[in-house]
Amino acid sequence: MKFTRRQVIRAAGASALALPGLDTLLWSHAARAAIGDTLTIAYNAAPAGWDPNTGPQTTSPGNQSIYRSIFDPYVIQNTDLTLGPGVCDEFGWNADKSSIRFRLREGVKWQDGKLMTPDDIAWNLDRLTDPNGGGPLQSIFASIKNIRVAGRDITFDVTPWRANMLERMSFLGIYLIPPHYYKEVGKDGFEKKPMGSGPYMFDHYERGSFLRLKAFHDYWGGKPPFETVIFKFVTDASSRVAEIERGTSDITLDIPYEEYDRLKTKPGLAGDCSPISDIAMVFINNEGPFADANVRKAAVFAVDKKTIVERLHRGYAKPIDTLLAPQYGAYDPTITTPYNPQLAAELLAKSGYSREKPIELTFQTTRGYKPKDYETVQAIAEMWRKVGIKANIEVYEIAKHFELRAAHKLAPAAFYNWGNSTADPESSLGSSLVSNSPHSSWKGKDLDERLIPLFQEKDTAKRFEGYKKFDRYVAENAYVLPLFQFYQPVIYKAGLGFKPHTAGYLLPFAMGAKG
Amino acid sequence: MSGSYLAKRLLLTLPTLFGVIVIIFVLLRVVPGDPIAMMVPPEAGPEDVARLRAVYGLDKSMVQQFAIFLGALARGDFGTSISLKQDVFGLVVGRLPATLELALVSIVFSLAAGLALALIATHLRGRWPEWLIDGFNSVALALPEFLWALLLVLALGVLVPLLPISGRFDPAVELPLATQFYLIESLVRGDFSLAAHLLPYLIMPALALSLPLIAVITRVLKSSLQDALAQDYVLFARINGFSAARILVRYALPNALIPAITVAGVHFIFLVGGTVLVELIFSYPGIGNMLYGAAVYRDLPLIQGVTIAFAVLFVLLNLLIDLLYLVINPRVRHS
Repeated sequence: MKFTRRQVIRAAGASALALPGLDTLLWSHAARAAIGDTLTIAYNAAPAGWDPNTGPQTTSPGNQSIYRSIFDPYVIQNTDLTLGPGVCDEFGWNADKSSIRFRLREGVKWQDGKLMTPDDIAWNLDRLTDPNGGGPLQSIFASIKNIRVAGRDITFDVTPWRANMLERMSFLGIYLIPPHYYKEVGKDGFEKKPMGSGPYMFDHYERGSFLRLKAFHDYWGGKPPFETVIFKFVTDASSRVAEIERGTSDITLDIPYEEYDRLKTKPGLAGDCSPISDIAMVFINNEGPFADANVRKAAVFAVDKKTIVERLHRGYAKPIDTLLAPQYGAYDPTITTPYNPQLAAELLAKSGYSREKPIELTFQTTRGYKPKDYETVQAIAEMWRKVGIKANIEVYEIAKHFELRAAHKLAPAAFYNWGNSTADPESSLGSSLVSNSPHSSWKGKDLDERLIPLFQEKDTAKRFEGYKKFDRYVAENAYVLPLFQFYQPVIYKAGLGFKPHTAGYLLPFAMGAKG
Repeated sequence: MSGSYLAKRLLLTLPTLFGVIVIIFVLLRVVPGDPIAMMVPPEAGPEDVARLRAVYGLDKSMVQQFAIFLGALARGDFGTSISLKQDVFGLVVGRLPATLELALVSIVFSLAAGLALALIATHLRGRWPEWLIDGFNSVALALPEFLWALLLVLALGVLVPLLPISGRFDPAVELPLATQFYLIESLVRGDFSLAAHLLPYLIMPALALSLPLIAVITRVLKSSLQDALAQDYVLFARINGFSAARILVRYALPNALIPAITVAGVHFIFLVGGTVLVELIFSYPGIGNMLYGAAVYRDLPLIQGVTIAFAVLFVLLNLLIDLLYLVINPRVRHS
């Protein structure tokens, strides 16, 4: 008896569809919702290292939920991305915006019980500026100059000026570590047993498998809700689905939308799918077919984002016409580039292109790096084809995207997801379009002339107004094709109190048993 | 088997390994993916990229980088991981035992099941158990290891939750062990309750890896057994009134094992390669899982270290299979 490979794969697929149904018959869901003293998270990323301020893992947003459990940032980022007091209960710019002052909260302790001092904060700030420390964010923190301590106050100058420096003190590579402990155990010792002042203490790390944390009872923010927190590193999405479905994890994230819809209705489970600060976009290159403004604008008007969101993302995304998410300070909802295929065809006709005589270009994308990335690009290519743009899709790995982008060698169109949890326009709109950035694809003198003054503007209201104008200019000239804001699917036991964070964090300290 | 043959084979592994090292080094620098481009923040400028390139030694020419790498390798220094900031050799040695244990359990599963199924299918030739085993073989070979892994997670992890889905042991448990060979050490120490705790974590990944190999061994061994059963010495044994089972196990099997071991050896090497995806699906902390993480961050020293470890493992396995073949096959031994 022989089976063909195709027959076997079909049978496997049919079984996969049938098995979850049988699960309902075999399982009691009664105990699933219960939350005990231990919170187990089926997590999608594992930190590569434990120094939260140096090394490539520093800039990976996926690691921040774990780092924020062990370490404290200088300033807390609230769930809506606004800044709030943390270890430093007062913070802010001085009147002329030349320096930033932090005031250390009374009674903050490191996890070994020693009191945190203002000098500890100063040491940490100084460490951020070390050019040989291997910190990828050193270029930003090099602006920290003349650190001084007076009483509980720590002040430093910001030279050269960086408008988003305060926001930067809450996001990526800004975690406080105890100087006395770091000096005592050294770099290697710290990697083996990191310590901070956060709500949970490092207990055991099985690299590539799990991280176990224990509650820090002297945490300045109060008693942590769970005695033990376990981050299981389950990088495969289907395994995360299995973890939550079986009940061996209490919460998980980043699962396919189809699975989210199925699981959220299961007894004992609940779901949340809220917007996060990740924007799907298409980089447009200034060398090649998109140098023609008609082609660029046509490419933007030809894309029906609403249909893409509804059909491919099951409605779990928000169509957007700017690189700024609604949660960002300079977001302007009146900037729109509505779907208009007729206008797109007319614009292309002006440049001599049509369905019969299309303009041909390469469209690069990852496949599976972000939800439905390849499918989204396929849909766009089809929409473009209908108006006279023939896109040849090229799939590559995300690492190649970064390399090509840094070398200004991206194809005329390249799909990407830009995450910016600082909520400051400089970190997305600014950085993605200023010509001297390794992250920009469109390099334009006109953009630099408008952007560089905004980098220097100290008045926040004026700066945000400037960014709104700049954003409108970008949209009018189609220098980029914004697509939609991602939502993050989270499934958790119904007995767990969960509140979504716009940065996409899962923070154990912010959860707890319901009631 | 002479000592000189062994020495010659061992000596031959050196140029093989050198070739592998050169290929890995060049490939990693030719294939797309720049670790620095991936780590710089949005606000970084070209000067920041250059600074970090210098910090990680990526500003030098490929020849210079290779000379530095080779010099360090000669001193036993595999370099420092960019992402983990730890000695690569230590990291690989720390994670290799998990993969070796998984591979070992997989090969034990494969050999035991393959042998049993081949014997049953041959003994009950033309009857329903043979059809069933043939059917199983077709299914087992048709699906790749990672798909088996996913189906096992669904079947034995969710639907009938018999086995743990992820990890190497329960995160709530403290392991009182000195080495990273958790299962082997617990067995050596006679701590069978700990071994019984650890084994379930190995069953699903080992099964996912071994199912295709079981099918290969069953097919090859069954075919070899049928050839052996057609030989004159088997006919002679039958005339002498030996039972069919005795003839099968005592006379046909030893001769049929030779091609089965050769094929199993080659497939065992593929099995070790298959650990990357299977470890990832089961969050099993071996070097395959680490290789995936290293690839994501384009951690060149770590990718080099893990790939060299895989290469050494493959070369040693090949050597072992050659030697085993020499031991069990008198024609080769005396040639």
